[in-house]
Amino acid sequence: MMLLGMCPTLGVTSSAFNGLGMGVATLFVLLMSNIVVSLVKSQIPGKVRIPAFIIIIASFVTIVEMVLEAFIPFLYEQLGIFIPLIVVNCLILGRAEAFASKNNILSSILDALGMGLGFVIALTLLGAVREILGSGSIFEFRFVSENANTFILFILPPGAFIALAYLSVLFNKISTKTT
Amino acid sequence: MMGKKKDTFLNMTLSLIGITLVAGLSLGYVNDLTVGPKAKAKLEKKLNALKLVLPEFDNSPVEDIQMVKSSVVKDSVEIYPAFHKNSFVGAAVIGSTEKGFSGLIKIMVGFAANGDMLTIEVLEQKETPGLGTKIKNDSFIDQFRGKNPETYNLKVKKDGGDVDALTGATITSRAFGEAAQLAYEEFEKNKESLKSLKN
Repeated sequence: MMLLGMCPTLGVTSSAFNGLGMGVATLFVLLMSNIVVSLVKSQIPGKVRIPAFIIIIASFVTIVEMVLEAFIPFLYEQLGIFIPLIVVNCLILGRAEAFASKNNILSSILDALGMGLGFVIALTLLGAVREILGSGSIFEFRFVSENANTFILFILPPGAFIALAYLSVLFNKISTKTT
Repeated sequence: MMGKKKDTFLNMTLSLIGITLVAGLSLGYVNDLTVGPKAKAKLEKKLNALKLVLPEFDNSPVEDIQMVKSSVVKDSVEIYPAFHKNSFVGAAVIGSTEKGFSGLIKIMVGFAANGDMLTIEVLEQKETPGLGTKIKNDSFIDQFRGKNPETYNLKVKKDGGDVDALTGATITSRAFGEAAQLAYEEFEKNKESLKSLKN
């Protein structure tokens, strides 16, 4: 459950800033779609609820894409194809189907905020780890020289899996200790 | 679950039509709102790159743009001439190649009037992070600054040229040199017609 929706985002977390941007974009879509889904849920016949949810989600993703391109072109270029891919992020459809379609607006908003913030933190953390190891910088702030040898592996896709695995180990360790 | 509508054909059709209608209208509205800023952001990016690669100019290179056909690349090559007090001081040429490690590399090369390369800005690239992306770094670009491709061979050292290839990114460096070479050739070919633009 913890790793729900991580798959399409492994590609963009090559730096902390990208991870943060992707997380916030996803948070926005999740929040808006949860609100709308919980508002219109009684108007949608059960059989067509999934297509209806997808249209709602896709609309918000497109809005995010247009707004990013217009106002934060730098981030838009970095995230590229991964913004439209938010549509197929199972986290968003999962919450719409499992939570927002059964609960009222207020709890849907809280659910989206909780889930979304967790996602933002996870992506930023993953991005930060990969950026520190792979580029020798954090939020574009460089602490080793431009030509220093860094673990390039970590900004390549395999590095995403390695970093994610170690973060999960850490997370499990912490959560088993506290329970 | 409360008050769900029945799964009748009419209900399903109506609710989907309703949702798509609202979605379509709101997307159209947002598109209208963002179309201006989007174009502005693109133009600004181009202007910033131009300011970086060109010597001081007082004309508007974007308005004086020359599109020339080239046999090497699919699209026509963009040349932005720069004038200062009505004399030709140089031009920025967009060089591109499909031979990067991951396809398209697009660079903007600033030339002084005599053909010296002033500096190079990378506009688009999809190279490997940490290896090929170093073509953006000053430490790589520096070797091109102030050189004239007439005497400075834009091939990598491995191919008998003068360019120090990036470690682990020879293909990228080779493509970069090729794009710069293309830009230089177009600059030389069109230099005279550029000069006559403001006379």
